[in-house]
Amino acid sequence: MLSIKNLHASIGDKEILRGINLEIKAGEVHAIMGPNGAGKSTLASIIAGNENYEVTDGKILLENEDISELAPEERAHKGVFLSFQYPVEIPGVSVTNFMRTAINETRKAKGLEEMPANEMLKLIREKSELLEIDRKFLSRSLNEGFSGGEKKRNEIFQMAMLEPKIAILDETDSGLDIDALRIVANGVNKLKNKNNAVLVITHYQRLLDYIVPDFVHVLMDGRIVKSGGKELAYELEEKGYDWIKQEQEA
Amino acid sequence: MSKYTEDDLKIELETKEYEYGFYTDLDSETFPIGLNEDIVRAISKKKEEPQWMTDWRIESFRAWQEMVEPEWANVRYEKPDFQAISYYSAPKKADPNKTLDDVDPELLEMYKKLGISVDEQKMMNNVAMDIVVDSVSVATTFKKTLAEKGIIFMSISEAIREYPDLVRKHLGTVVPQKDNFYAALNSAVFSDGSFCYIPKGVRCPMELSTYFRINQAGTGQFERTLLVADEGSYVSYLEGCTAPSRDENQLHAAVVELIALDGAEIKYSTVQNWYPGNKEGKGGVFNFVTKRGLCENNAKISWTQVETGSAITWKYPSVVLKGDNSIGEFYSIAVTNNYQQADTGTKMIHLGKNTKSTIISKGISAGKSQNSYRGLVQISARADNARNFSQCDSLLMGNNCGAHTFPYIESKNPTAKIEHEATTSKIGEDQVFYCNQRGIPTEKAIALIVNGFSKDVLNKLPMEFAVEAQKLLEISLEGSVG
Repeated sequence: MLSIKNLHASIGDKEILRGINLEIKAGEVHAIMGPNGAGKSTLASIIAGNENYEVTDGKILLENEDISELAPEERAHKGVFLSFQYPVEIPGVSVTNFMRTAINETRKAKGLEEMPANEMLKLIREKSELLEIDRKFLSRSLNEGFSGGEKKRNEIFQMAMLEPKIAILDETDSGLDIDALRIVANGVNKLKNKNNAVLVITHYQRLLDYIVPDFVHVLMDGRIVKSGGKELAYELEEKGYDWIKQEQEA
Repeated sequence: MSKYTEDDLKIELETKEYEYGFYTDLDSETFPIGLNEDIVRAISKKKEEPQWMTDWRIESFRAWQEMVEPEWANVRYEKPDFQAISYYSAPKKADPNKTLDDVDPELLEMYKKLGISVDEQKMMNNVAMDIVVDSVSVATTFKKTLAEKGIIFMSISEAIREYPDLVRKHLGTVVPQKDNFYAALNSAVFSDGSFCYIPKGVRCPMELSTYFRINQAGTGQFERTLLVADEGSYVSYLEGCTAPSRDENQLHAAVVELIALDGAEIKYSTVQNWYPGNKEGKGGVFNFVTKRGLCENNAKISWTQVETGSAITWKYPSVVLKGDNSIGEFYSIAVTNNYQQADTGTKMIHLGKNTKSTIISKGISAGKSQNSYRGLVQISARADNARNFSQCDSLLMGNNCGAHTFPYIESKNPTAKIEHEATTSKIGEDQVFYCNQRGIPTEKAIALIVNGFSKDVLNKLPMEFAVEAQKLLEISLEGSVG
């Protein structure tokens, strides 16, 4: 599904990613963990096509197609979704209007007609029921005045609407209390199937109790230094990151 | 690399020709350039006007000659040479008795290009159009339906001939001949425009609509609109315009007068999209307009405007709240891009007791443009319990444009309550990236953000106009994020 080969990236003179290799197959859930400043969010941004970073080497392949040179919206059209750590506010634009625009722009890029209004309404109803979202929420301005939990739920709602091939969840657990975390994780689990894949980026093991990963990778200093099964997450929770560092240096 | 940078966007925007910049070769009859009393008389004669009208024009012309062009606005431009303009131009084939089918096919084609399909409008069956092209009405529809309710909706030239008493009674009562330099000029040479009268207690069953257009090269257009809503009546009036691109500046100095008698309500909406000039700031329409409404007791006037065009806009739709309990509203979106300059706002003059006014102004500046809001809220000594709420929001794109706010508040009554709020913001890269990530390209993302910013005002427009206004916002701002 998603394959990252020897990815190097920098911002200004500073190299942040120093040769990332990652292979995610359809139906899999991968988690990337690591200390602050390891480059986790940068990786998420770069996969999504954020042009503030310069990719100096390597490739990103989505279903064997090189997407490294594509604009962010083109990547989105091909099925890349990023759940933002800090979703931005867009005053005056309702969640519904935003989603309608996003879906129709994606359809346009694929040479399809706009989605008829009744279909759109049906889809919205279906997905909001699936995620147990009050539809009143959908007429509010995008992220404006939303609580932390509402913002993340809204991200997952958008993911449900857009049905991406690869969903990257960047620190989706940050700022959430345990109930909100459970709701968001349940949403992701409902959306997960054998034809898509999820990449969870997180600091803590806690989210992985709810979204159970098939693989866990440790990102440090711009490289994946260790990979393993879900038990690696527990080990990290217990021992922190220092032992890996020592292992590396040894 | 398919990376589409802001610079690419900027280049695309700059090379993008004015969307409506074409020129239709109409067979026109145009007066020689220049202005003197003979020209004023000739205009009046051409329009078969009664003597009082000719005298009124001459009186205005004489006043205008004594006046000086105002310079207080926050705009810079080369002053027009008033002797280099032709003051009358009419499509030759125009005949008010013709039906729409008889209208010059080339003209109809022009409307199609503009997306103003008259046929479509007709089919929609709730918009009566009085189309003004180069100063003369060429087609009027729905007159009959309106006539059944006693509503008069026709070109002002016709009205002067058919309802001279009504016109004479009200013309110049809200915007006097000598009100200002451009109003005086308009009073002397106005070519055509619309007249509308809604009788007592009548609710106009459809939106009244006029599309103005400047077509002939070097022809100034001076519309005059007079709208009278008699006691307890209601009318919603739409005005929209586009103009073909021209190298020389085109002067446009309109006057609009609204009169809302006791208990009447007038809703006046404008979408203005005249040629703004090219990327170097060359050409474009000078839009110097005087718009004012008068409210008697319990009356209400609402101005809603979407201003995206013109090289220079100088426009302050105002309301004189003369009657007790009267209400004035001003909702505005002004967009400037490239070298456009806009100095626009409103005046709310509170004279009556318990009068209320609301001002919501949204200014959007891009490119190297300058966008100023200028508003006056005046509470007179006898206007007890007057209320005003003003909100002025500015949205900036890039680092080379300017947004300015000049609010003037004069209160002579201690019971007045006046509120003023202002914000300035910039479209953020993070907002654009967020939209991109959801599959929305940058241009569309900007349109979305701008529409969201302008929503409070767009919501005030009648439905069909709101759609057109959104399109205009998109066209005007394509690729101008910074």
